[in-house]
Amino acid sequence: MSENQNMPYTEMPASKPIVIDAGKCTGCNSCVEICMVDLFIPGPERGKPPVVLYPGECWYCGCCVMVCPEEGAITLRHPLMNQAHWVEKAELLK
Amino acid sequence: MQEFKWPYPLDYGKEEKITADVLILGGGIAGCMAAISAARKGQKVVVVEKGATKMSGAGGSGCDHWESAATNPCSKVTPEELTQAMLDDNDGYNNGISHYIECREGYDRLLDIEKMGGKIRDTEDEFVGAAFRDEATKLMFAYDYENKITLRVWGTTFKPAMYREMKKLGIRIVDRVMVTSLLTQSGNQGNRCIGATGLHTRTGKFYIFSSKSTIMCLSRPARIWMFSSDHTGLCEFRPTQCIGDGHAMGWRIGAEFTMMEKSVRTEFSAAGRSYPPYGAGNNHNSWYGASIIDSTGKEIPYADRDGKILKSVEERFLPAKGQKFFMKGGSVDDPKHAIEGPETLPFGDMLKKGYKLPFYADLTTLPDTERRAIWGMMIGEEGKTRVPVYENYKKAGFDPTKHVLQCYGTGWTSASFLPQERQLFGLPGGFLNDWELKTNIEGLYAAGDCLYASNCYGHAASTGYYAGRHASAYALKEGIIEPDKNQTEAEKKRIYAPLQNNPETSIGWKELNMGISKTMQNYCGDAKSDDLLNTGLKILKNYEKDVVPATFAYNPHELMRLLEVFDILTVSQMIIYASLARKSSSKVLCFNRIDNEQEETENDRRLITLRLAENKVVYDEKPLDFFGDLKDNYEKFNQDYMGGKQNV
Repeated sequence: MSENQNMPYTEMPASKPIVIDAGKCTGCNSCVEICMVDLFIPGPERGKPPVVLYPGECWYCGCCVMVCPEEGAITLRHPLMNQAHWVEKAELLK
Repeated sequence: MQEFKWPYPLDYGKEEKITADVLILGGGIAGCMAAISAARKGQKVVVVEKGATKMSGAGGSGCDHWESAATNPCSKVTPEELTQAMLDDNDGYNNGISHYIECREGYDRLLDIEKMGGKIRDTEDEFVGAAFRDEATKLMFAYDYENKITLRVWGTTFKPAMYREMKKLGIRIVDRVMVTSLLTQSGNQGNRCIGATGLHTRTGKFYIFSSKSTIMCLSRPARIWMFSSDHTGLCEFRPTQCIGDGHAMGWRIGAEFTMMEKSVRTEFSAAGRSYPPYGAGNNHNSWYGASIIDSTGKEIPYADRDGKILKSVEERFLPAKGQKFFMKGGSVDDPKHAIEGPETLPFGDMLKKGYKLPFYADLTTLPDTERRAIWGMMIGEEGKTRVPVYENYKKAGFDPTKHVLQCYGTGWTSASFLPQERQLFGLPGGFLNDWELKTNIEGLYAAGDCLYASNCYGHAASTGYYAGRHASAYALKEGIIEPDKNQTEAEKKRIYAPLQNNPETSIGWKELNMGISKTMQNYCGDAKSDDLLNTGLKILKNYEKDVVPATFAYNPHELMRLLEVFDILTVSQMIIYASLARKSSSKVLCFNRIDNEQEETENDRRLITLRLAENKVVYDEKPLDFFGDLKDNYEKFNQDYMGGKQNV
């Protein structure tokens, strides 16, 4: 564990709707340009992932994933509280 | 303080002037179809959109149902019968004009979208032989398979197709600009609308649009009662940026509104108790026809409107004995007997009979085509389900032939809300329109969700296209009028004012939105009285006087959010003014007066309208059937469209 006492002036967000895989993202900013809510900004470095500046504003439409040219570069995920439960029907019948 | 460099140039206060014959405000479904219609009439068209037109708006990311396509070749219901059913189902409190347009022209728009490249039929023959598929046309239907008025469509293909068509027609699209106000001749309230102003949401630049005619295609108000600072985007069913800017700016220039007193107990808010729409177990809308089982696997029976238990899955899609047709979908919340369709027996009754919670939606026992239509096609095409529900659940292992999905509520909702937690939903109030979809303001037309008692994709597309035709006819006979300098300068001053404030001592948009929402829950919730409403109005007016001048935004994006909340504040006051004017309770308007619980009498059954004149609220009323005979009036106003000229 790090003993570095330097901390950013920020907090963990209430949810993280969009997680970008920096290994797959080519920084094309297609997601930045399609997002109707405009929650991204282009990353400070060309060719690097954009920044999810306003995660709380996400409407979860999925357009960013739909236009992303790199399969799996963006993961859109509903917050934990909104993840519905399912079960195998055979389990219920036991 | 951690700092970063804003990635866009900051152009606060800089001006760009743009002129158009027909100016379209909002690039959603209604706006795009309005633009296409006006451009086909030879007009120079400009569309202003807060997001990115290619996929923005409530229907931008997809849609799985197209309702009320009464003129499709398989329909057994006429536009007149269908519109009348919608009117009757709401005791007349509905928009006869706009819904007749939807019923009469909706299918024309579908064919139009198909020509643009949208997919409206099962061209790949994936559902050959299914009960819901017409083999000759390959059209696929939902709900009532006998009468075939609602289509299943591949809506994710629609908006990109419209966008390509707009480009082809040379329409100028101005994305990332929030419309902030409407401009009027000489700058006076009630005068002809001659354009609009806008704010670039990334650079902060100021836009002045001049036009011969203008079509309001912005959405309906939201976040009036429901707000979450952590999950703003999940507060309401429609997108984050759709909060009723159009209502607020229309109100300020004297446009007339009706049914603004109607609000319903919240049906959906995933920032609160709801689950993502169509992402939890249910048997409505996209999921209609699904079986519902209890936690021991026992099925809850479906019954027809007369209580007859339905033994087969096929019967879930057929009208009852002696019933002409039934209706389901976005505009049908609490159907009357005439159009009531099959439904599972009430969950409460089932619990009393020993059924065990939780309940689940079960697709495993459905015919294969029904299961693939619901889980593959519909959930794959609906606006907010393709990625976060269909793709994600699949990745997490959900298999509709094996798994059952939990229900968290009854009907299409997945939660129960408190009486004071309200929304403008289920045919809410909006702009009052005439047979040209013109408002009371000369030169200003309205279409889609901003109209009173509006709903759904087909309604937006057909009213948009219709308004485009009529606004073009107006533009052909009128000229451009130079905006009034005082009016544009006053608007500039208003929208940039928060930037001058001190961030250390000012408040942000979220705090103001929460304050408004709590005020509305407290004073304009389910239980309404003059005393409560007047107290609420006083508090909102104080917000306007004391709080609005003490707000701050760090960048153009936050400034947009703040201006949205100013509009929410305006709309909240409109709702209170409208509520004060309705003196008795009305079940169909979900309007409950605790100082007059008596249900409305025949005399009270009127549309109450309201507008500003010389900054005073002016009330008026209209009979519920003010639009006259639907067919006669439609034909009187649309001779140029009829007779095989549907794509002109």
